[in-house]
Amino acid sequence: MGSNRLYGPLDDVSGDAGYASHPERVGFFTDTSVCIGCQACEVACKEWNGLPDPEADRLTLTGMSYDNTGALGASSWRHVAFIEDTVPVPHPEGLAPADGGDLISAVAAADGDGADGEGGATRWLMASDVCKHCTHAACLDVCPTGALVRTEFGTVIVQPDVCNGCAYCVSACPFGVIDRREGDGRAWKCTMCYDRLRGDLEPACATACPTDSIQFGPLDELRAIAQTRLDEVQRSGAPQARLYGEDPEDGVGGAGAFFLLLDEPEVYGLPPDPVVTTRDLPAMWRRAGLAAATLAAGVAVAFAGRRS
Amino acid sequence: MSEPEERSDGERRRRRRGAEQEMVPEAEFRSYYGQPILKIPRWKAPHLPAYLYLGGLSGASAVMGAAAAITGRRALARGGRVTAAAAAMGGTGFLIAELGRPERFHHMLRVAKPTSPMSMGSWLLAAHSGLASAAAGSDLTGVAPGLGAAAGAASAVTGPLLATYAAVLLADTAVPAWHEAYRHLPFLFAGSAMASAGAAGLAATALGSARDRGPAARMGVLGAAIELAAAHDLEHSLGLTAEAYRLGEAGQLMRAARWLTPAGAIAAVAAPRSRAAALAAAGLLTAGALTTRWGVFKAGPASAADPKYVIASQRSTRSQS
Repeated sequence: MGSNRLYGPLDDVSGDAGYASHPERVGFFTDTSVCIGCQACEVACKEWNGLPDPEADRLTLTGMSYDNTGALGASSWRHVAFIEDTVPVPHPEGLAPADGGDLISAVAAADGDGADGEGGATRWLMASDVCKHCTHAACLDVCPTGALVRTEFGTVIVQPDVCNGCAYCVSACPFGVIDRREGDGRAWKCTMCYDRLRGDLEPACATACPTDSIQFGPLDELRAIAQTRLDEVQRSGAPQARLYGEDPEDGVGGAGAFFLLLDEPEVYGLPPDPVVTTRDLPAMWRRAGLAAATLAAGVAVAFAGRRS
Repeated sequence: MSEPEERSDGERRRRRRGAEQEMVPEAEFRSYYGQPILKIPRWKAPHLPAYLYLGGLSGASAVMGAAAAITGRRALARGGRVTAAAAAMGGTGFLIAELGRPERFHHMLRVAKPTSPMSMGSWLLAAHSGLASAAAGSDLTGVAPGLGAAAGAASAVTGPLLATYAAVLLADTAVPAWHEAYRHLPFLFAGSAMASAGAAGLAATALGSARDRGPAARMGVLGAAIELAAAHDLEHSLGLTAEAYRLGEAGQLMRAARWLTPAGAIAAVAAPRSRAAALAAAGLLTAGALTTRWGVFKAGPASAADPKYVIASQRSTRSQS
């Protein structure tokens, strides 16, 4: 078990998982700066994958802007977050479109350092979240049955005929993505439409997305596209824009699904700096071994005492 | 996402929100409508904490049984072996009942995955419960005493591992209260397991000879000391995450354990000379071990439910590096 199996950059995830020959690693680049919150991705995902509605026919209103899905879960594999808040507006010219009235300008206003901003403007961020298909996927590593596997495309899927619902993956995911489905008992999450990939089709969400906020393709290409787009967005008045999950040096070895965000990750409900828990697994086993030896020695001491 | 930019964002927030916040730094954190970042663990009580207790009890009791057999303490050997077998079986039952698809429990032995503590633990539990059952069965029936003794000795090897692997099981998750405690939980569980087994030994020998009670009482005292030291260490080295062990249900349970376990240890000191003290020690140490396991369990979901624990630990890690 080399260190790269648990942590750090890993060039060939599918090769590492044992595929002798395999297609390129694919992924999602979700550019939230052009998301319009239409939720077509959520609908397309549910339709294609036949996801059940656990709250069948019951409309739940969360009070979280237009977000009545709430979170990713066993039956929601895309989730559009809506962040609607009031931010200070420094000067009218702060609102002036930087590049011919694009969607970035409103956010640019949000970044103004107007300490005296009373009233302010509504800022409305939208972002479609999804399973990150991590390079080092904690869900996959901790799965005791082999139900979670790496596919030839470099993605991570659950095999429903194998999963016994132990729920270890649920606690292990640093992004809070995978969950056990009530009434079904097994864990479910985004498959990046494995069946469509096998048929040379794009995932349903990316196909349905009307603004190309969700882009699908070979991961290397997406990373290049994202870098260009980030420069463009930052130049056009949103210097706080950042990429999230694209870096192979990050805590999960880079995500197979990464994002362009216009604020800090936690504002979108994402962990700011997630680290795959298995990074520390060797240290954990060492401590457990030491503790086990302590236990055995302790019992020996207890019996070695005065023999009456 | 450069460092200076992060810092200036933070400063801007501080200026904007002013000084109306509480003294704790987590008031600075933003979140998505206060929603959890992580999924709340699906593991539930009593299944998981009961398994933690029974696994520890079984593991340490097996060692106690083997040591008692070697030193010629018949009653304590039988007590240890029978407890080890019964606790392993009870714990297995709780684990299976915990599954979303209990009828697929045997999928646990479909693969052996070193990266999965639950996979390693399933094999360990299978081996240990087989050995412990063979030792106990032989002891009770008198059949194949040689094989029974060998199985009992082997279960003294699987036992300590069974008692401490469960700490890795919890720690190898994204749950802040469990993961960040990975240095402490194995010792907490080892101490708690020793105290539990000592308590079982005292209960088994309370009516028997004082000679058998001595080692069980010393296991109880030593286990209690390790358990208390590890719990103290844990609560004082986790920073903000330690709050998950101090507040709410987890806090009540951990505080209860801080009274029950020392009281049990004090009773255990008198146990070799007094049957009443032996029974009191058995009860108190068992109650202390149970509340400790329950407290550790409850701290997990509490820390996953509040995004401040996730954000605080990840932000502080980054600023250190």
